[in-house]
Amino acid sequence: MAYSEKVIDHYENPRNVGQLDETSKNVGTGMVGAPACGDVMRLQIRVNDEGIIEDAKFKTYGCGSAIASSSLLTEWVKGKHIDEAEQIKNTHIAEELALPPVKIHCSVLAEDAIKTAVRDVRAKQGR
Amino acid sequence: MNLPIYLDYASTTPVDPVVAEKMMEFLTPAGQFGNPASRSHVFGWQAEAAVEDARQDVANLIGADPREIVWTSGATEANNLAIKGCAHFNQRKGKHIITSRIEHKAVLDTCRQLEREGFEVTYLDPDSNGLIQPEMVADAIREDTTVVSIMHVNNELGTLNDIAAIGKICRERKVFFHVDAAQSAGKTGINVEEMYVDMMSFSAHKIYGPKGIGALFVRRKPRVRIEAQMHGGGHERGMRSGTLPTHQIVGMGEAFKVGFANLAAESTRIEALRTRLWLGVSDMEEVHLNGSEDQHVPGIVNISFAFVEGESLIMALRDLAVSSGSACTSASLEPSYVLRALGLNDEMAHSSIRFSIGRFTSEKDIDTAIEKVRHAVHKLRELSPLWDMFKAGIDLNTVQWAAH
Repeated sequence: MAYSEKVIDHYENPRNVGQLDETSKNVGTGMVGAPACGDVMRLQIRVNDEGIIEDAKFKTYGCGSAIASSSLLTEWVKGKHIDEAEQIKNTHIAEELALPPVKIHCSVLAEDAIKTAVRDVRAKQGR
Repeated sequence: MNLPIYLDYASTTPVDPVVAEKMMEFLTPAGQFGNPASRSHVFGWQAEAAVEDARQDVANLIGADPREIVWTSGATEANNLAIKGCAHFNQRKGKHIITSRIEHKAVLDTCRQLEREGFEVTYLDPDSNGLIQPEMVADAIREDTTVVSIMHVNNELGTLNDIAAIGKICRERKVFFHVDAAQSAGKTGINVEEMYVDMMSFSAHKIYGPKGIGALFVRRKPRVRIEAQMHGGGHERGMRSGTLPTHQIVGMGEAFKVGFANLAAESTRIEALRTRLWLGVSDMEEVHLNGSEDQHVPGIVNISFAFVEGESLIMALRDLAVSSGSACTSASLEPSYVLRALGLNDEMAHSSIRFSIGRFTSEKDIDTAIEKVRHAVHKLRELSPLWDMFKAGIDLNTVQWAAH
């Protein structure tokens, strides 16, 4: 399969790989996907008191498109308010990375990941 | 060093230059371009002689009589001709066929077609090493069984079935025995007498011959009768009509001749490369061999790298031409049915790579491959949340995943 240059770039040089302290009140974690399906994404965000995402980290088990989708997402959400981050659509990711139709599910997973992470931090902080 | 390194010989092989040179003598006006079926002039006679020499070369590799070799377009057609042809011819005796779950699609889909026509098919499960044990076949044979079809070497795993033992059972029980030998010809010894084989399928392009040509061995004594699937001029004793492609046939003959002459030396050399590759990667954590440690052909090794996804591994190994056990490059996210039949879970099937080594693979190629695999696995595990969890001592089977 031919990957777009952007996918290859994120895959070769993934941004913001790592882990944040899951137990921290300011950290939201979104773990989505399943090993049996071939993709698991873990996206974590650290949110300040104003609701701004100060840091984002990811680790992804999955194909190049899944890795690129999550890497791109961490770049996009940093500095955004969680309300805004929640609005990111899979179609934006798919478009930016020029994902082929069979890889659209990777961008869907990334959208799920940010939504889940935001929900997690909201629940922790009760807002 | 030329990159990428070709390690997909089980998929296809390049044509040996010796073979290509010989093929070119049978194409142009200056060459022997005649139709082997032309009986009235020297062009036809020359072509016919070349075809018969090639038939002898193919027969020699498997201990057969040249009159038992039928040219086909490849192993897929040979499998179709053998299984459908034999099942149809013998349908008054019975309509039960036995095969295995890990056959090539050319066998499985042929069996599915026969099921649609009212035949009944038993699909044997391999053992956890990917082998079909002779007693599994013995237990499955019934009064109405007419054909057993078991592959010699599995294309994904490289596992080598005990064909002689299965053949003996079939002969005793008076059931016709077909073997798909696309992956074994020229890789391991074959003797259709000692193995009690009634029909055997071959392909040229797996053994340094051209694509588009293959053959079916059809036993004469005791006689095996099959119904033709392709009708026409009555070529190949009525079993497969169609003008013989002289250059392709000559190429296949030459490839089998070279393969036969080099069999012992080549197997030893390739087995050493396979061992080198396996030892080079197997000291990493959570690396597993799929298939059999001792019953295998030299050229194929199938390895699962746990906690790494197969397609990203293939992507990381862009400099290596290898095959993935995961079919997620297609629209489906289906892991290989062969690995699943071994009882591998989906993750392990997704994270497997088949390396297949051949005539033009060097020790240096293997060393480069080892280095690239180690680097890729390390990199992807650093990226993998599953690896983190494994390292933290979490049993992934106990995690509730949100399947999508």
